[in-house]
Amino acid sequence: MSQTITQTETISLREAINQALREELERDDDVVIWGEDVGESGHVSNITEGLYDDFGAERVRDAPLAENGFVGAGVGAAATGLRPVVDIMYADFFGVACEQMLNQMTKMHYMFGGQLTVPLVVRASEGAGLSAAAQHSKTTHTFLSHMTGSKVVTPGTPAAAKGLMKSAIRSDDPVFFLENKRTYTMKDEVPTDEDFTVPIGEASVERAGEDVTVVATQAFVGDSLELAEQLEGDVSVEVIDPRSLYPLDHETIAESVKKTGRLVVADESPLSYGTHAEIISRVNETAFYYLDKPPQRVGWPDTPVPSAPTLENEVMPGRDELQRAIERIA
Amino acid sequence: MIDSPLETEDGRVAALESMVKLRRFEERTSNLFADGEIPGFVHLYIGQEAVAVGATSTLDSNDHITSTHRGHGHCVAMGLDPSRMFAELMAKDDGFCRGKGGSMHIADVNAGMLGANGVVGSGAPIATGAGVTKKLAGDDSVALAFYGEGAVSEGQVHEAITLGAAWDLPVIYLVEKNNYAEGMPAERIFRNTDFEDFGDAYGIPAETVDGMDVVDVYEAVSDAKQRALEGEGPSIVVAETFRYNPHSEGLDMPLPEEELEYWKDRDAIETFKDELIEQGELTAEQFEEIEDRIEAELDEAVERARNGEPPEPEQAYEDVFTEPAPDIEYHRANLGRDQL
Ligand SMILES: Cc1ncc(C[n+]2csc(CCOP(=O)(O)OP(=O)(O)O)c2C)c(N)n1
Repeated sequence: MSQTITQTETISLREAINQALREELERDDDVVIWGEDVGESGHVSNITEGLYDDFGAERVRDAPLAENGFVGAGVGAAATGLRPVVDIMYADFFGVACEQMLNQMTKMHYMFGGQLTVPLVVRASEGAGLSAAAQHSKTTHTFLSHMTGSKVVTPGTPAAAKGLMKSAIRSDDPVFFLENKRTYTMKDEVPTDEDFTVPIGEASVERAGEDVTVVATQAFVGDSLELAEQLEGDVSVEVIDPRSLYPLDHETIAESVKKTGRLVVADESPLSYGTHAEIISRVNETAFYYLDKPPQRVGWPDTPVPSAPTLENEVMPGRDELQRAIERIA
Repeated sequence: MIDSPLETEDGRVAALESMVKLRRFEERTSNLFADGEIPGFVHLYIGQEAVAVGATSTLDSNDHITSTHRGHGHCVAMGLDPSRMFAELMAKDDGFCRGKGGSMHIADVNAGMLGANGVVGSGAPIATGAGVTKKLAGDDSVALAFYGEGAVSEGQVHEAITLGAAWDLPVIYLVEKNNYAEGMPAERIFRNTDFEDFGDAYGIPAETVDGMDVVDVYEAVSDAKQRALEGEGPSIVVAETFRYNPHSEGLDMPLPEEELEYWKDRDAIETFKDELIEQGELTAEQFEEIEDRIEAELDEAVERARNGEPPEPEQAYEDVFTEPAPDIEYHRANLGRDQL
């Protein structure tokens, strides 16, 4: 009798991404990394720790402060055969790189009739909670998901982060990989098998429940799991991490809502015109008659991110807001 | 891309032929646009032929270029099939982008042509990235970015050259200085219009050449390519030239008559043809034969494109991704639904 034993180890989300990068650099010579201080000089979030030492300056490249230029270089390198992983440090700096993202990276495959592919991963850290103020805290994943022509992933667990990074690098399409700052230290079990990947476009049911479906992204995944534990006995909460916002696996979400009849979407992005709205729309389109209560949104109330902790805590959505939303409809 | 180097008689005649082909292509494009057979925005290359032909004559089949909104000349010079170019312009399925690109986005990856570009300056970072691929592959090839002098003020061009220089990449940044960006003369923007001076700031070689002289362009780009292949990194070449037509077809934006006359007197094709005839490398009869051959080829190309089919409407949903796109299919299904 044989049985597949999936070995796991407990590591942080930061380590999970580092492992994924390392394994892909080892697996495929076309994989290269560049960004500010990702190589010799060491990165502010330590994601690329050790990679320069092991893979050298040609494959792990320190770039000048030229975000539009080096994202564009990622496009050109990807179009001619490499698989670059480009690091934007803080997602707010997409503001500087936007032309190459909006008009080149995400349009070339289509615009040229499918002639060339752009297997480029652009990664950045996003999100608030560090008093880093308006220009180092914003989430950008909704805006990126709205661009068309690229995939957008937002892992909420170390396993998802590792598996999605590997899939992103192997994908022939451009992928934005968003890392929420609050998740970097989250620890959990991650399969050690080097062939472990998470397909882009598959949600994961992180916890089964009967009464309320919580669709949670990034740090809200951990928050929701803790809260579900705490509410156990009163409310049975099902937690789903969509993991990928584009493509969006609304079927897994709709299946859950058909069972629970109640939906909360918890995502740090601004509430208007957003990720919450898209998820709820798809549930409305596919499971409207199963809803017992109005779907609830937990997110950022449309302000820029302030610096002072008293102000940031006021507007930043978290466990309290999530608990209130669950209890409102439970 | 022509096969023989411009140092040879064959190469020079081929370069002249290529320049004539660029111009005749654009004259037809102008007419087709006026007749309503080409939709969209169309920027013609007439006047600048020596730049595209001179520069691309230095290239081999594993080199790459990025182009601009004024890209037809670069395409023809790179040897792209005129019939498939006309097909793209005329919104046919046989076009290089199967009708998804149009005039501003013709690309032929197999020919090393990484695309015309509708956004001024955006080709420079892309060519720079192609330079990274080349450096890692060590395959003795270069990337060349064409852009107009209007793009010199774009931040991303500065970023691209900075990056190319920092990483010693085999890239050539070629400024087509036709002195006007739409209606804006260069001297109203730049206090210093000697763009080769920028080379010092980047710490890379830069040279200004007569963009109406195909051999002059060829020699400067050849030198830049040689340096790149020897690992010395990027160069800037500034080619002084002029466009004869308005910024784009259908615009009532004529260029100053005197300036136009000055440049037309130095027309790249006329000058080079006279030079070759004078040197005994070409006869007037041979030139006529060349012209006739090109006219016939292009007439046939237009006819073939005209007779082609437009893309099927469903193709609008294809090639967004390399894989099936479930979200797009989902939205399509909803839009196509008759009842709930
Ligand atoms: C980023 C950007 N800004 C503005 C435009 C509109 N536009 C198209 S061509 C052009 C002038 C470009 O001048 P230049 O780069 O010198 O090229 P030329 O047209 O002279 O060939 C402008 C302003 C654009 N396409 N992209």
